[in-house]
Amino acid sequence: MNAADIPVLSIMLAIPVAAAALCLFVRAELARIIALSATLLNLLLGVLLWLNYDPAGAQWQFTESANLFGPIGWRLGIDGIALTLIMLSVFLMPICIGASWTSIQKRVGEYMAAFLLMETLMIGVFAAQDLLLFYIFFEAGLIPMYLIIGIWGGQDRIYASYKFFLYTLLGSLVMLIAMLWMIQFAGTADIPTLLNTDFPAEAQKWLWFAFFASFAVKMPMWPVHTWLPDAHVQAPTAGSVILAGVLLKMGGYGFLRFSLPMFPEASADLIPLVFGLSMVAVVYTSLVALVQQDMKKLIAYSSVAHMAIVTVGLFTFNQQGIEGAIIVMLSHGLVSGALFLCVGVIYDRLHTREISRYGGLSVNMPKYALMFMLFTMASVGLPGTSGFVGEFLSLAGAYKVSTWATFIATTGIIFGAGYMLYLYRRIAFGPQVNADAAAMSDVNGREMWLLAPIAVVVLWMGVYPETFLAPIRRDVATIVARIERAAPVGDSKLKLVDPTTARYRVVHDAEKNMAEGSH
Amino acid sequence: MELNASLVLLRPEIILTFSALALLLLAAWREQAGRLISILAVTALGAASAFVISSMMHATDASAFDGLLINDAFGNFSKILIFIAAAISLMIAPRFLENAGAMRAEYPVLILLSCIGMAVMVSATDLISLYIGLELQSLSAYVLASFVRSDGRSAEAGLKYFVLGALASGMLLFGASLVYGFAGSTSFAAIGVAMDTEVGLGLIFGIVFILSGLAFKISAAPFHMWTPDVYEGAPTPVTAFFASAPKVAAIALTIRIVLEAFGSQILVWQQIIIAVALMSIIIGAVGAIGQQNLKRLMAYSSINNVGFILIGLATGTEQGISAMLVYLIIYVAMTLGSFICLMQLKDKEGGYREEFADISGLSKTRPGLAAALAIFMFSLAGIPPLFGFWGKLVVFNAAVAAGLLPLAVIGITASVIGAFYYLKVVKVMYFDDAADVIVESDDKVLVWTGGVLAAANSPIGYLTIPALGIWTAYAARALF
Repeated sequence: MNAADIPVLSIMLAIPVAAAALCLFVRAELARIIALSATLLNLLLGVLLWLNYDPAGAQWQFTESANLFGPIGWRLGIDGIALTLIMLSVFLMPICIGASWTSIQKRVGEYMAAFLLMETLMIGVFAAQDLLLFYIFFEAGLIPMYLIIGIWGGQDRIYASYKFFLYTLLGSLVMLIAMLWMIQFAGTADIPTLLNTDFPAEAQKWLWFAFFASFAVKMPMWPVHTWLPDAHVQAPTAGSVILAGVLLKMGGYGFLRFSLPMFPEASADLIPLVFGLSMVAVVYTSLVALVQQDMKKLIAYSSVAHMAIVTVGLFTFNQQGIEGAIIVMLSHGLVSGALFLCVGVIYDRLHTREISRYGGLSVNMPKYALMFMLFTMASVGLPGTSGFVGEFLSLAGAYKVSTWATFIATTGIIFGAGYMLYLYRRIAFGPQVNADAAAMSDVNGREMWLLAPIAVVVLWMGVYPETFLAPIRRDVATIVARIERAAPVGDSKLKLVDPTTARYRVVHDAEKNMAEGSH
Repeated sequence: MELNASLVLLRPEIILTFSALALLLLAAWREQAGRLISILAVTALGAASAFVISSMMHATDASAFDGLLINDAFGNFSKILIFIAAAISLMIAPRFLENAGAMRAEYPVLILLSCIGMAVMVSATDLISLYIGLELQSLSAYVLASFVRSDGRSAEAGLKYFVLGALASGMLLFGASLVYGFAGSTSFAAIGVAMDTEVGLGLIFGIVFILSGLAFKISAAPFHMWTPDVYEGAPTPVTAFFASAPKVAAIALTIRIVLEAFGSQILVWQQIIIAVALMSIIIGAVGAIGQQNLKRLMAYSSINNVGFILIGLATGTEQGISAMLVYLIIYVAMTLGSFICLMQLKDKEGGYREEFADISGLSKTRPGLAAALAIFMFSLAGIPPLFGFWGKLVVFNAAVAAGLLPLAVIGITASVIGAFYYLKVVKVMYFDDAADVIVESDDKVLVWTGGVLAAANSPIGYLTIPALGIWTAYAARALF
């Protein structure tokens, strides 16, 4: 198979759209099957994409270009960073469809169509190589998500859907003006070209803030995170999974793809702002999470705290930090998605998210308790799970820049252990005070099939992260080289020692060394 | 010879004039032949469009009657858009007016007369011909607004439109007389030359009055107050017509007079246009929030959209004008589509509904209609991937290119307020419980035109971007 000739990315974008159109016109059972097959097909294509991706090859692979829309170039292509995030999207999508299999009973066709459109838009965001095309995919995601929250959401769904929509829209529109300015300045909307365009330092600051307005909301960073708990709590389970799993990553991807390499000087100047907001976010949202009575809200706040570690990692300007941030993004996408699924499992049985309505579930739901514990630990960042790898790398990178920021951000892990273990204790352990909760049946086969694949990947990423680091290493190095001229000095004054002359020499092969993020 | 050459250039207008007169005669004998006359009127519009297209192919910038009118790419572009919008307004009307007991033969004739007026407006290069065209269009519109005589609201709309429209015409005429007095000519070109050297206070007063009169005609703030009442009161097909064709004509006229007559002194009018544009965007957005009537909501939406269109004019560049024309085309498709959807809101007794409460939960009972209306709403809000986004994008792109960054930022931020009420329509249709008052539409014309326009506003519309870009750039170049 000659991968270069087949427009794989366009096909991956087209399959969900076609399936979505089909779903609108068929009855519920068929719509579910169509949606599941389409997403599985896309997952298969995603795996092929990964297998055919050459980490040592060209920076942009699977590129496509067509002049269909005049100034909006249909230019697609991925690097390793985009590849891993596309993989995350196509991996979570069938799980989302499966999670909605029985819990969604009204307007199933439209629901599946909205999710499939969402998949197209997510892949589009990561694959777009044209600034305007990126913007269209980025912004268009608002419509299906608005409908998903608004139609199939919980009690306060209307407030949450409005808040989600208007908040993110306001952020992105300012970015659009900045993009238009950049296109005028550079004379092209081609992202690879723009990546190597040096914008004047004065303009960079304005552009940076315009992009920041959008990505910080999407991420979300404190203090513009308030839409997230509302949206998460009200969205149906699969909506929360997609929101936490992929949509939040668009903010991080935006910082990585645009803010850092396009405006290095401005990014360096504004490190204190980013670190400051992130430090507040880690401590503040962790404390808020500690007192939540609603499971989904608790996980939502924990998302904000984890995303703050991502922003810290991204703005370290060094290899470990950025690689770590990407791994945290992937890990958080899986783990928080899985946690929302875990909440969904018991919500489907008892129809409440109130933590105090549960208790002692490890007695009657042992398999569930096991799964839930695994994801709780991964969220805390226990070694052996994906959470540890990412957090360790990004904090190690951050240490080179700012000791204090690293210190405060690291408390997030302790706080994280606090609120997650507290959550787990209240749900899984203790006396079975609620009779109805004690009578719940354990996870069934379908639910196991949703959780088990995520568990496998979480452990895989925790034990052998090289699989996920290999495709991104070169692209991160490209970004680091690009922004090196503005890199901050850092306060930790690390001394580089030539490992060959060091006193205690440990024999490693070169690749292994890289995997651990040391140089 | 001179007369002949002029008449040749005016073939579309002449065809429409004779058709209108002939159909009026026919109407005198066959009073109930409203449908037949509508079809004939659409044919006449088609024939006129054919002549416009044929003159677009070869002739360029030929002026008729000693510089009273001009036949150029810009005018031709506007005429085509006006004729298409008018033809759609004619096609969707018969059943509605029959239900209201007002399908009389005069309706298509009045639309044709209005089209003649608009064709003159967009090709006028003299204050006198401008005024004649404007009045012909307006007088037909006043009658159209009160076309359903049995409905008190319709009569009120007509009267209100007439009184305020006359005031605006008066202001415009007063401004024209001032400009004539201080510039020494009524011809745009001569005014342009006179303004090259020096702009006195008298001339500025004249320009302000003319722009105020025009702002009224395009329902831009602060001269917008007639719009909600007239849009609500007028029969819905007429409202659809008002929101599309006359708006195109008035905006095209504004572009031409601003650029050809006052073009050399951009600083004189630019700040007026910027202020009007921002006020329209904000008033249109804020005013719509509390509305319960969907037609009033659309009225505020049209005020809001005019604001965005005027941002293109504020740049005063070729790119800006081209962007305005792109926006105009998309706007016509969006607004006609929305009104076509509103016209399908019929209850079991055959009455027309136009309140928010009536479309509650529409997506459950009439999914197709709700989806079409949702497409138009998201498109009007400028959310990608719908086509309305492209209109906003080109306009803001022109503003950024012209260095009007603060205007672009304020304008685009204010569009979030607008998004709020468009979302409200979607919310009521999709999130609320079904009211189940709207029945299946039996009017195939509405279903099909609505469907085609919805498809045009969907991402499919993006395929037309290259063609639109070339055509509008060609039309805009005629003014520079």
